Amino acid sequence: MSVDPARDPLDVDALLDDPKTRIVVCCGSGGVGKTTTAAALGLRAAERGRTVVVLTIDPARRLAQSMGIDSLDNVPRRVKDVHGGGELHAMMLDMKRTFDEIVEAHADEDRARAILSNPFYQSLSAGFAGTQEYMAMEKLGQLRSRDEWDLIIVDTPPSRSALDFLDAPKRLGSFLDGKLIRLLMAPAKVGGRAGMKFLNVGMSMMTGALGKLLGGQLLRDVQTFVAAMDTMFGGFRKRADATYRLLQAPGTAFLVVASPERDALREAAYFVERLAADDMPLAGLVLNRVHGSGAAGLSAERALAAAESLEERNEEPAEDAEDAEAGAAAEPAGENLDASGIVDQEGGKVGGRNSSESEAPNSPEASGSSLPTEDTDSGASVEQLTAGLLRLHAERMRLLARERHTRDRFTALHPEVAVAEVAALPGDVHDLDGLRAIGDRLAQTSDGGRA
Amino acid sequence: MSRLQVVSGKGGTGKTTVAAALALALATEGKRALLVEVEGRQGIAQLFETEALPYEERKIAVAPGGGEVYALAIDPELALLDYLQMFYKLGSAGRALKKLGAVDFATTIAPGLRDVLLTGKACEAVRRKDKRGRFAYDCVIMDAPPTGRITRFLNVNDEVAGLAKIGPIHNQAQAVMRVLKSPETSVHLVTLLEEMPVQETVDGITELRAAQLPVGRVIVNMVRPALLDEAELELGLERTPRTAIAKTLAAAGLGGARGAGGRLVDPLLAQAAEYAERYALEGAQRAVLAEHGLPLHELPLLADGLDLGGLYELAAELREQGVRNS
Repeated sequence: MSVDPARDPLDVDALLDDPKTRIVVCCGSGGVGKTTTAAALGLRAAERGRTVVVLTIDPARRLAQSMGIDSLDNVPRRVKDVHGGGELHAMMLDMKRTFDEIVEAHADEDRARAILSNPFYQSLSAGFAGTQEYMAMEKLGQLRSRDEWDLIIVDTPPSRSALDFLDAPKRLGSFLDGKLIRLLMAPAKVGGRAGMKFLNVGMSMMTGALGKLLGGQLLRDVQTFVAAMDTMFGGFRKRADATYRLLQAPGTAFLVVASPERDALREAAYFVERLAADDMPLAGLVLNRVHGSGAAGLSAERALAAAESLEERNEEPAEDAEDAEAGAAAEPAGENLDASGIVDQEGGKVGGRNSSESEAPNSPEASGSSLPTEDTDSGASVEQLTAGLLRLHAERMRLLARERHTRDRFTALHPEVAVAEVAALPGDVHDLDGLRAIGDRLAQTSDGGRA
Repeated sequence: MSRLQVVSGKGGTGKTTVAAALALALATEGKRALLVEVEGRQGIAQLFETEALPYEERKIAVAPGGGEVYALAIDPELALLDYLQMFYKLGSAGRALKKLGAVDFATTIAPGLRDVLLTGKACEAVRRKDKRGRFAYDCVIMDAPPTGRITRFLNVNDEVAGLAKIGPIHNQAQAVMRVLKSPETSVHLVTLLEEMPVQETVDGITELRAAQLPVGRVIVNMVRPALLDEAELELGLERTPRTAIAKTLAAAGLGGARGAGGRLVDPLLAQAAEYAERYALEGAQRAVLAEHGLPLHELPLLADGLDLGGLYELAAELREQGVRNS
């Protein structure tokens, strides 16, 4: 039943090289490496000759540093030491700053001052639920209309519900079209209109209730704010709608980012469906941190069985306690006598039990620190070492099987989605070289290390 | 143990899993725990393999020794109507509010109101008493927003109390803050032994402390088993001739030393090198976490993925590490 993703790999370089690709949006649940993917794509595209800006939402400090920028801000900064003929710029969305700029650009001076000093506005713009999504859309629209970059790569906010940023314009629209806003702006006017009698009772109860609930002063703040924003709302909405259409247009490509774990791929499947429902162009799935093995031909079972037989052989003769030199172990296997095994062999067993029965170690602290101390120098024999290597391999193969299984469940559900698998790096990304390595792995569309 | 246990963590660290295991651990031996979800993702229902949770407290699991775990997925919209009902006995007026879009406004657009409702509902469950004056729940465990947002989320009531300077919202916000800043509350951070989550945890601790919110424990999740110790790593990577390993593999029946067995050596050593790198990195991250003087717990990575059985294992593990309701 499994679908082989190698048959339909995502060609990242073709996507980045195509001059018609103008916007790439990376979306996915939290913790899957979305921002890192966006940065790596940006670097790769720049080094392949494009003029790129990466809009990140909330990058880890280290990631900003990896691009040689100590603190990203609301203005695109050029990243140094990019090879090739292209350019890479990076910025981080500053919600409050972006909101302020809109106000300053679209309201006259007095009005702008009134809005900026309104306490309700100050809370709203500092980033409560939803603001980040509106502002990300707004910033994307701004970057696109400046037309200084031929490729914009956008990282999306870690939304509480998957695609909040797509809903932002609609939600704003329904709020602006709603009766509430008119009520807040001019309670008397709405209440006095003919044909509104049915609502009258609710209305007066409501203004009363709102006033009581929020306290009169907050209600006044809200009303002042809404009144001051009144003239700007139309433009707000028009721009949000335009950005929404921009996302649907050819030239935009969505990449859903996930890691090969059940929850992340479940979210990814949801993203794929949601993008389709909104007619958003999906380029494919980036599957981060996929493990491979150069010895995939050796199954977990065989590796474990071999490890056990080596360990048995190792513990049988318990006389030759002196001879625990590693060099001695190079002698034909099975002849080697090693008595220091008691300590180490126990360590081996703990490892084996953990991995085979997924049982918790007695004390995790202990599992980190209960390394044999006295015997370390002379302790491990080649048998033990090899058994350890085999156990490590067995664990890797089980991880591989699990990852493959979760991935296959996704591809069975969405066989149409092209997949790029990114082999896991053992460490974290610290610099441009790290991002470059991820870019290389992204572009390796074949089945990579699994072969 | 504090009666309100807030569980946060960077995305992808498994905070929902840890919150659920914590609820099971704290319900063990006849206690009642309420597990609260605030982000509308239905992660709890998926973990406990039940259908989507409604906005209603319902029993979802039995803990060892006759304990009970209840769960509640807080829907901000219904929570708002709840509040209005509570304060104003609004019936049809509540529906009129909804019609006007006021509920949408309050729960999605108005700054922070949504978070006020979510924290407010959780605090209400903490304080609720039955007819005989006993607490309805021995403890409430909240699967909270991620580390990057947690301080703001918990502190929202301070901000709101500043915005609405009088009135019931003001009073309500202050009542919630009193619970959140008291020893009745404990905020735990879930992390992995990787640089970015650890950095976020450290930043989170600093922010929470600056906001005078009580930081509880750090829980390291998905700790991989130690399969090779330092001695073996050193020996394997630096001192043992490849031929010796090839011979040993051959002796174990994995093909000739010069053939199939021999070809395994490089990939196996490459895997060991990766393991060694990660092992060193994990050690360094452990040290960073230990600097903050908080109780540190570690939960193992479950080899076969997480299922309901695994959740009980993690709960037992937490209890063994001293996380229990005395």
